[in-house]
This record gives sequence, C-alpha cells and structure tokens, in this order.
Amino acid sequence: MKHWRKLLPLLLLLSLVAGCAAPVAAPSAPAGGEAAAPAAGAQPYAGTTLRLVGANHPWQEAITPMLAEFEAATGIKVNFEALGEDQLNQKLTTEFTAGNSDIDVFMQRPLQEARVMQLNGWYEDLTNCVSDPAYDFADFADGAVGTTTVNGVLTGVPIVTEQEVLYYRKDLLEAAGLSVPTTLDELKAAAEALTDKNNEIYGFVARGQRSPLVTQFSSFLYSMGGDWFDENRQATINTPEALAAIDLYGTLLREYGPPGVLNMSWPQAVAIFAQGNAALYTDASSIYSNMLDPEKSAVADKTGVAKFPAGPAGSIMYNVTSWGLAMHSGSKHKEAACEFIKWATSKDIVLKTQGEGAVPGARESVWADPAGAAAFPADWVEAVAASANGRGYDRPLVTAVTQARDIIGGAVVVSIEGGDYVAAANDANTQFQALLDSEQ
Amino acid sequence: MISRFFDRHQRWLFPAPAVIFILLMMIFPLGFTLWNSFSGWSLTAGRPNTFIGPQNYIDIMRDARFWNAVLNTFYFTALAMVVELTLGVAMALLIDARDYPGKRIVTSLLLLPMMATPVAVAMVWLLMFEPTAGVINFVFGELGLPKQLWIAGSSSVIPSLVLVDVWEWTPLITLIVLAGLAGLPSEPFEAARVDGASYWQMLRRVTLPMLLPTISVAGLLRFIDCIKTFDIIYGMTGGGPGFSSETLNIYTYNQAFYYFNFGYASALLVIFFAIVSGVSLLVAYSRRQLEV
Repeated sequence: MKHWRKLLPLLLLLSLVAGCAAPVAAPSAPAGGEAAAPAAGAQPYAGTTLRLVGANHPWQEAITPMLAEFEAATGIKVNFEALGEDQLNQKLTTEFTAGNSDIDVFMQRPLQEARVMQLNGWYEDLTNCVSDPAYDFADFADGAVGTTTVNGVLTGVPIVTEQEVLYYRKDLLEAAGLSVPTTLDELKAAAEALTDKNNEIYGFVARGQRSPLVTQFSSFLYSMGGDWFDENRQATINTPEALAAIDLYGTLLREYGPPGVLNMSWPQAVAIFAQGNAALYTDASSIYSNMLDPEKSAVADKTGVAKFPAGPAGSIMYNVTSWGLAMHSGSKHKEAACEFIKWATSKDIVLKTQGEGAVPGARESVWADPAGAAAFPADWVEAVAASANGRGYDRPLVTAVTQARDIIGGAVVVSIEGGDYVAAANDANTQFQALLDSEQ
Repeated sequence: MISRFFDRHQRWLFPAPAVIFILLMMIFPLGFTLWNSFSGWSLTAGRPNTFIGPQNYIDIMRDARFWNAVLNTFYFTALAMVVELTLGVAMALLIDARDYPGKRIVTSLLLLPMMATPVAVAMVWLLMFEPTAGVINFVFGELGLPKQLWIAGSSSVIPSLVLVDVWEWTPLITLIVLAGLAGLPSEPFEAARVDGASYWQMLRRVTLPMLLPTISVAGLLRFIDCIKTFDIIYGMTGGGPGFSSETLNIYTYNQAFYYFNFGYASALLVIFFAIVSGVSLLVAYSRRQLEV
C-alpha cells in the first residue's frame, strides 16, 4: 500500500514520457507507400506519388486540368492540395518545423518566406534540376530568377510575376477633361478632381490594411526616391523621401478614398473599383481580371491600365516574382519532383498557363510569342512591358518580413488616419532598425 | 488476486486515466510553454530553443505593442462586461417579473445567438458593419443618423467588437441569473412587501444582494471568456485598423504564427496566463467573502 503511493508518480511520469516519445518513435508514414519503381522505358518514376501543396491561385487553376497529361506521360501520380495564402504558409511552416513532412513540391512566395525557409534548410537547391539544356532555364527573366535566389540557393522556379500598375476609369477621366496621370502630382490632382463623395464616387482607392498595404506602398516609396534601408542596412523609413511617400499615400486614401479603407486589402479595394465607386486604383498587375472581366466587374469596358505614375525619382514600380515552385529538402522523391517542376515550368506549359490561363509567367520566349500575350488586354501588356526595369522587391528583403511589414504598415496607417505620421515613421524606423540589427 | 489488487487500489486506479490526461494535455504544455518562454526559439532569427534567461520578459516590458495590447484587452473586457452584466441582469429581471404565456419560448430564443459559431458570427457582422454597402449604415442613413466607420475606425473598432460580443453573450448572463432568481427563497420578498417596500427598494435591498453570488459567477465566466476573446477579433479585424484592436491574444498569435518567434510568444502567453489566473483567484476569493 505504502509502496504504491510512492510508485504512482513514477508510473504517471513513465506514461507521460511514453506518450511523448510515441510519435517520435513511430515510423514515419510512407508517402503513398511506393518504393522507387523499377525503370520502365520512358517512365523511370512510374508509380511514384508526389504530394504538392499550393495556394488557391489562378496558376493552380490553370495547371490542375493539365495534371492528367503529366500523369499519363510519366506514370507519376500528383496530389495537389490547394489552400488559402495564410493557411498555406502556416501549413508549410508547421509541417516543416515538425519534421518528417512528406511534402515534395510546394508553391512559395519568394519575397515573403524564402529567407525564413532557406535559413531553416527547407529548400532543395534546384540549380542542378534546371541545368538540362533542353529545359532552357536561361529563358527565365534575370530579375525573376534573382528574386527566388537566396544566399546562392535557387529556392524555386518563378511561375507568376507581377508589377504595380495604375487602373483608371476612362469615362470619368474623360468627363473631367483629364488625361491619364503620368506623375504622382497628376495622380493626386486627378483623385481630387474626380472625388464626388455625395454620389459615392471616390477619386482613389488602394489597400489600407496594415500589412497588405506595404507591397503596394512600395512603388510610391521608390518613385519618391526612398527605399526600406540603405546599403549599410540603416533603416530609411523616416527620410524626407519616405515621409513624402507616407504623406502622399495617406492623403490620397484619407481625402479621396472610400470610408473604411483601413480594413481594405485588395479584394475589398477591387470590389469598390469594380462596382464603379472609384476612379483610380494602384495595385498588382496580376489581379486585372477582377476589373476587366465583364463577369466580375460593372466597369469592365470603362477600365484602362497604365504604367505606375512617376515621382521625383521617376516611375519606379516593383517588378517581382510573386510565386515560385519549390522542392522540399526532405522530399523522398526528388528526381520525380524535379521532373514535375521542369514539366510545370516548361515552355509548352507556360505558353498554356500564360497564353490561355492568363497567368503572367517569367519566360521571355513566351512573352515574345504572340500567343503568350494573347490573353491579356493590349494596354495591360504595354504597362507591364514598361515596368520591366522595376525593382525586384516589393517589401524589405529581410527574414522577419511579416514583422517588418507590420512595423512599416503601422506608420502608413497613422498617415491614412490623419495622425502624426512623422512621429509614427520615426518610431517605425527605430523598430525596423532593431529588427535589421538582430538579423546581422 | 487481481481483483483484490483492484479492490485495494481503486481509489488510485479509477482517477488514473483522468490524471494522466490532465498531465499530458495541460501540465505538460504549460511546462513546455514556461520553458520556451526562457528560450530564444525563433524560426525567423534561426535560433533554436536554448535557454536565454529572462531576456524575453525584459524585452516585453519595453515593447510598446505589448502595452498597447494590454490596454486593448482590458478596454474590451471592461466595456463588454459592464454592458453584458447590466443588460443581462436587466433582461433576467424583466423576464422573471411575472408569468405570461410564451415565457419559455422567450428563454429558448435567448439561446440562439450563443449557438452560432463565433467565426460565422464574425463574418456576418463584418458584412453588416461594412461602411459603404453594409446594412447598419444603410439603416443609419435611412433614419438620418450619421454613418459610422464601425470596425474601420481606430476609435470605434473596440466598441463595435464589444457590440458583437454583447449580442452573442448577454443571453448567457440572463440565463444564469434566471436560474439564480428561481432559486431565491420567497420569505424575504414577502417580508419586504409586508413592510411596504417599493419595487426599487426590494430590488436594491433584497433581490440584488441575494443574487450577488450568482452574478459574480456569471461575471467570472464572462471575464475569462472576454479576456481571451480571439475568434471574433481575428475574424473581423485581425487586430486592425493599425494596431487598435490588437489584444494580447492576437498579438501573441502574430508573434507565434506570423513572426515565428516562439520563445517571445511563449513569454507573452505566460504573462497572459498569470493575468487571467490572478484575476480569477481574486474574484473567487472575494466571492467567498460575499457568501460569509
């Protein structure tokens, strides 16, 4: 009796240890239960099952119907799990952190997460995979490849590119006798002239949510002559140029924007524009169909697309790879995964995803092909071509990018609300500097 | 032999599964979080979970966003509790005032908001609060009232969130108080009536004092729920506009699952845990004083 009383805690402890140890000791689940299948002619990886995790995105919609072709040609089975963007990031991080994840290939946002994932060793370097001459990796735009290359590691193959452009209402500009704004001064003047709050017409709309706004604010910052930090990693959020950009972005949204703009990311801003309540809108080129497709937009035939307006430093927009296709370093089917990545980003397939699916890719030969640009409106193609020399990043290139976005976006929000944005920018600069210092 | 063993040790054996479960699911995570809170574990900084002493706690004390979150948490909790307790008790007194047909239906109807999934509630209110196209501003416009920014304004966001919480959770207080009212003895009321007390005098000197223990239980339940409210805030504002509705829970979530600073987030959780248990103990203690 007495002994038992002493033994009990020990027993509980043992069961606790056993309970914790069990998942680790259990054999890792086989990914579909296939061993490397014997080579059979042109299908060396037949019978392999690949696990793909990606986002709900036009590229995913365009590639999904074509997966059957790949499966028939190679005998590789592809399971594609599509999730929302935030959920995707969390799923990848959770699975990779926990270890023994059986994800083989995944969609990545290079500017958002490549640094963290590379730091944690979750990427398979694709340099060897894409070296096949027939695949022609040199065909990918240098800037796009630069975005997905982190510390010399090719973390992914670019699949979607985007630039910041200006969407405008042709009819409203015409009625006011204005031409399409080519400078930020003209943009502000036009936004003021076109605002008619009594009739719920707002001169300007853009993202106002703390974190989402940062990427679309970037082109304002660059064109005013600013940047996130300088070559010595000194934060530059409170330089005169940056302050001018924060003031301009805030003024545009506060004075000429719709109510509730602080809760708007692109879906909400697009809705305002597509319902015909806004005259000018700056956002990513990739979301154009929401405004130009008659099924989604009430103003499809009245909407034009133009290059981002110029500031004192010129018209400097971002031009980035927004999505890449990456391989997990823990994949047990690396050769088959490489086959898939090469297939999905080959000239033939990109010609289809871009030419028919209207997903702007990064292959120069596809852009040069008339069929590759056929799916896009003419003024959109022009605006995108004019953005070719834009900057390769739309957010600060740091590892803790989400935190950096919150810090910077917080200061812009103060400006939109009409608060003391100079103090907020000084504060943000200090915090951002601390973050930069912690990463060195 | 075995049956004798069971007979002799049943007071250990029967609770054992529950004890093991609690150890695994509550004590272990708590201990692990406590350990993490003294580590620099961060995926974005590439640091493993090695011991760094109380550094996280020192950083938190200097973190303006933490203090902003503390303020928001208590603002939300205090406002929600005052409104919910007042309305909840008032509704219970009204419902209980006299017998009328359909009284039971009214009580069942009260349950409806509580049965809705909080995230779904958040989505519906999000649409209703929409400043340009939302139904609330439409009604305000029709009535000639000024349109509001609701959750899109930094000063109106917390009161707007409280409104949603009040809508969903006031009935809980009402139901608890109704149960309390049903259990009150009738003698003190008769005595008061004989003495010629008015309704308000009876309410103030008889009903409310006798209900106080019940109300404090309801209040404690709501306090714990309010202070850890996550779903409706995350679903509707994500802590915005700016940081004006970022509560401790939301901030911790951001630190853990968006910034991947697990050590720092764990330290925030430990502080949060201390606040919640501190206040709960205080309320439980003062309740015991009331009953004496």
